[in-house]
Amino acid sequence: MKAPDFDYERPNTLAAALALLADGDGAAEPLAGGQSLMPMMNFRLAAPDVLVDLNAISELSGITVEDGWIRIGATTRYCELEASEELCAAMPLFPKVLPHVAHAAIRNRGTIGGSIALADPAAEMPALVLVLGGEIVLQNATGQRTVPADDFFLGIFDTEREPDELVVEVRLPVAEHSQRFGFHEIVRRHGDYAMAGCMITASMTLDTVRITLFGVADRPVRADLAEAALAGSDGGAAAIDAAIDALSDLEFEADLNAAENTKHHLAGVALRRAWAEVLT
Amino acid sequence: MTRTTRISLSVNGELVSAEVPVRRNLVDFLRQDVGLTGSHVGCEQGVCGACTLELDGRMVRGCLMLAVQADGAKVTTVEGLADSGRSADLRQAFATRNALQCGFCTPGMLASALEYIEKGGAPDRTAIREHLSGNYCRCTGYQAIVDAVCDTIDGKVSA
Repeated sequence: MKAPDFDYERPNTLAAALALLADGDGAAEPLAGGQSLMPMMNFRLAAPDVLVDLNAISELSGITVEDGWIRIGATTRYCELEASEELCAAMPLFPKVLPHVAHAAIRNRGTIGGSIALADPAAEMPALVLVLGGEIVLQNATGQRTVPADDFFLGIFDTEREPDELVVEVRLPVAEHSQRFGFHEIVRRHGDYAMAGCMITASMTLDTVRITLFGVADRPVRADLAEAALAGSDGGAAAIDAAIDALSDLEFEADLNAAENTKHHLAGVALRRAWAEVLT
Repeated sequence: MTRTTRISLSVNGELVSAEVPVRRNLVDFLRQDVGLTGSHVGCEQGVCGACTLELDGRMVRGCLMLAVQADGAKVTTVEGLADSGRSADLRQAFATRNALQCGFCTPGMLASALEYIEKGGAPDRTAIREHLSGNYCRCTGYQAIVDAVCDTIDGKVSA
């Protein structure tokens, strides 16, 4: 199908975009890369009165690394993240994950801020900011606030963002030199949304471990008990078995592809494989 | 009432100016308003890849962009890739290897494969399949398509 009719605005400044969202009274929708919003409009699952195109706002795009923090502008595209040697050096989880985000043509348009604002539970970027303990910067016409990733994702396609706010920036801590990373996702076809996925970061000595699962619940979720089972352990077979057992505490959700118990099983498989990568 | 706006863009090197409904996507604009029917419309949800075309040097989904978003941009369709000779070797390889049956996916396959080739991609079957994973061929001709891409990279064809 084709999208229903709408008003289209393409402001050149962030201030102008925020004014349009404030005026829109909830009926204006920001358009970033459009790789999810456009299909949703074509399916008529989304029918905004006003589309506020963010693509002409240069101040919303770009990557800076300084003072131990990575700051990524919301409309920075996946292909720009992939091409940034500075980013991939500052955070080695990016080059592991990015090739698995959809397909090349989608990565040429899709943006990190759009993915985080949409909060698809099976998408990689929300899980990435969550596992890294990142922050999301929101702004409306009256001011700015920073929300930790741990508090940002509320449910399926539901976040802390209010309709008059934009995700303007994603902040992530620069990786420690010795920090370890693991990533695995289970898909039917390369680039598809994950049936189950896992991202892990751990200190060199395995004293601290953060684990995020995605594609298995209504949002990306921290696996706290599995983290506790692995933190301070030798990381061996007994520890990872205990961590996988500890997933029983989480609430898994079925989707069209898999029932809850399958999601639970696949989460364990993804965790085991991601952990193997942490140890290499 | 359908809302419209005027846009100007370069299509295959020619300046095009038109009044378009803001809801019209880029591939529909190219097919219906400009008359370039090489880019195909398949799923209209970004899954099949048949509408893949080049926008400002990057291959994108023509169905996941509005025509109005291409205002001021440089668009190259499968026709433009052929006319400039950029896709000549790849097209010859597709013909030689029987890399198309019905041909519906071919414009998108050519565009996506050309991006891989022009970026210096290796004749590695797994990497080529991963790059083309966003393009569906319902005649199940992937083997021959990957053969054609490998042949082009290996310089085994001359158009």
